[in-house]
Amino acid sequence: MALLEVKNLSISFGGLRAVDDFNVEIEKGCLYGLIGPNGAGKTTVFNLLTGVYKPNEGFVTLDGENITGKKTIDINKAGIARTFQNIRLFKDLSVIDNVKVGLHNHNGYSTLTGIFRLPKYYKVEKQMTEEAMELLKVFDLDSEAETLAANLPYGKQRKLEIARALATKPKLLLLDEPAAGMNPNETQELMNTIRFVREHFDMTILLIEHDMKLVSGICEKLTVLNFGRILCQGETSEVLNNPEVIKAYLGE
Amino acid sequence: MRQRKLTKTFKSNLITYGMVIAAYVIIQILINTGNISNLLKGLMVPLCTYAILAVSLNLTVGILGELSLGHAGFMCLGAFASAFFSSCMKETSIPPALRFFLAILIGAVVAGIFGVLIGIPVLRLRGDYLAIVTLAFGEIIKNLVNALYVGLDEDGFHFSMKNSMDLNMSDQGRVIINGAQGITGTPKDATFTIGIVLLLITLFIVLNLIYSRDGRAIMSIRDNTIAAESVGINITKYKIMAFSISAALAGVAGVLYAHNLSALTATSKNFGYNMSILFLVFVVLGGIGNIRGSIIAAVVLTLLPELLRGLNDYRMLIYSIVLIAMMLFNWAPKCIEWREKLVSKVKSRRKETKEV
Repeated sequence: MALLEVKNLSISFGGLRAVDDFNVEIEKGCLYGLIGPNGAGKTTVFNLLTGVYKPNEGFVTLDGENITGKKTIDINKAGIARTFQNIRLFKDLSVIDNVKVGLHNHNGYSTLTGIFRLPKYYKVEKQMTEEAMELLKVFDLDSEAETLAANLPYGKQRKLEIARALATKPKLLLLDEPAAGMNPNETQELMNTIRFVREHFDMTILLIEHDMKLVSGICEKLTVLNFGRILCQGETSEVLNNPEVIKAYLGE
Repeated sequence: MRQRKLTKTFKSNLITYGMVIAAYVIIQILINTGNISNLLKGLMVPLCTYAILAVSLNLTVGILGELSLGHAGFMCLGAFASAFFSSCMKETSIPPALRFFLAILIGAVVAGIFGVLIGIPVLRLRGDYLAIVTLAFGEIIKNLVNALYVGLDEDGFHFSMKNSMDLNMSDQGRVIINGAQGITGTPKDATFTIGIVLLLITLFIVLNLIYSRDGRAIMSIRDNTIAAESVGINITKYKIMAFSISAALAGVAGVLYAHNLSALTATSKNFGYNMSILFLVFVVLGGIGNIRGSIIAAVVLTLLPELLRGLNDYRMLIYSIVLIAMMLFNWAPKCIEWREKLVSKVKSRRKETKEV
């Protein structure tokens, strides 16, 4: 059974059918791409999957668990983590604290333990620090652990967002335009990072992207959205050579 | 690396505690050697009260990032709940120290419970709207307390919202809360030492909360609610937690306030929105999110009008000029730039001398 199954997912805003009859099946370990022109409804699909919007119709199941219409928090606990198109970091927290917020639900102690600094506080905090540093090392951010997130350069902010999402130990990672605003070198580095994340964490990744080099370089399967509907779906090379996709999105 | 960070925040916290203790020691010495005027001596407990209020409000405004203008309302709740308890227990054989300890707990718990009750509906709002609604709740609390009559006789408690005659008490009965005249005859249990201890406890709770897992969650909500939700932070829970802890600590300040006066009334002078705004001024001037700054601002801005009493009419003029100057110094971009330059200059000079 596929890790993520989406059936007939639809949502309307007033008279606009922003996502109409969206279907997708993503196998475990797959690197899946979602592409399409601006305003096609890609980010809306992400918002539906993560519970920001409630779908009007359709089902979403993750690893056999029905998560349709659940709250964002519960969906995250069920195993979907995401990054955002416009970076949303906790900008006045340090880099390591950003990751630690991601670890929040996996390393618990009570409020009173925190206030009275009971032994458990030191034990769990130490464990959290170790886990967070490990994650930061993967993204080459460990030397800047104490920097405020707002002071990181753009490319590293993107990386930190991925690290924070991974800290919640998801089964599925959603990346919303991870290469937006990056130069070709940074994009190349990001491609390597995404590949590494998949290998290292055994992660399933669904990403939205406009950079065709990145999409054709790392995605195994693609879905093309246009005006909220699926235009084409399948293996990357097939999809990118489909005449309708070329006409609607890539340009002849 | 991490060790250094821990020691850094630890050091900063120690400076805050140390500052309070040092101030206490100095003032105690001054009092014991008789070098302090009676006016100033009488100001010591209010100073502690306002410092606690500033620190607790900073938890809502600086750490949670929500603007609350109803802080005086929670202080009012703590004050009346504890004063009510103390004047009921005054004639029993309970020792004063235990009675005051229980009064503090009751003040904190009552204010905290109301913090949760008010927080649940109110924290759905944001920004200016939240400020307006909290302001309204603060005023509602004050006015309700003003219209409340409670008496005690051998049958138990009697309540009324009309007047003290309406309580229908027996001859031995005694009015405890007498509407707009408030509570009279509260034992004067509050001392400077107790005030400082309560301030230290407040600091301990707030600082330890900030540098813990819950504190991080609260600050993540402040920085980006949508992202916090996406990593599984329970927004409602942590918002209400921060708001009610802040309210409970304001209640403690209220207990201190009530037990420093023999007659407690709820007027707009002590529990009105003007006071809530004054507390917000402490927080803003001390630096939003800066706990140590809140204490300093609260102390300076409480002492200043009193110390300037000799200047009569010019008093408020100077007070407002100081306010503007502090505001500019803390927040104007040019001033921040200048301060950073100054700091880096001092640092580089220090390095030079070290190298030499």
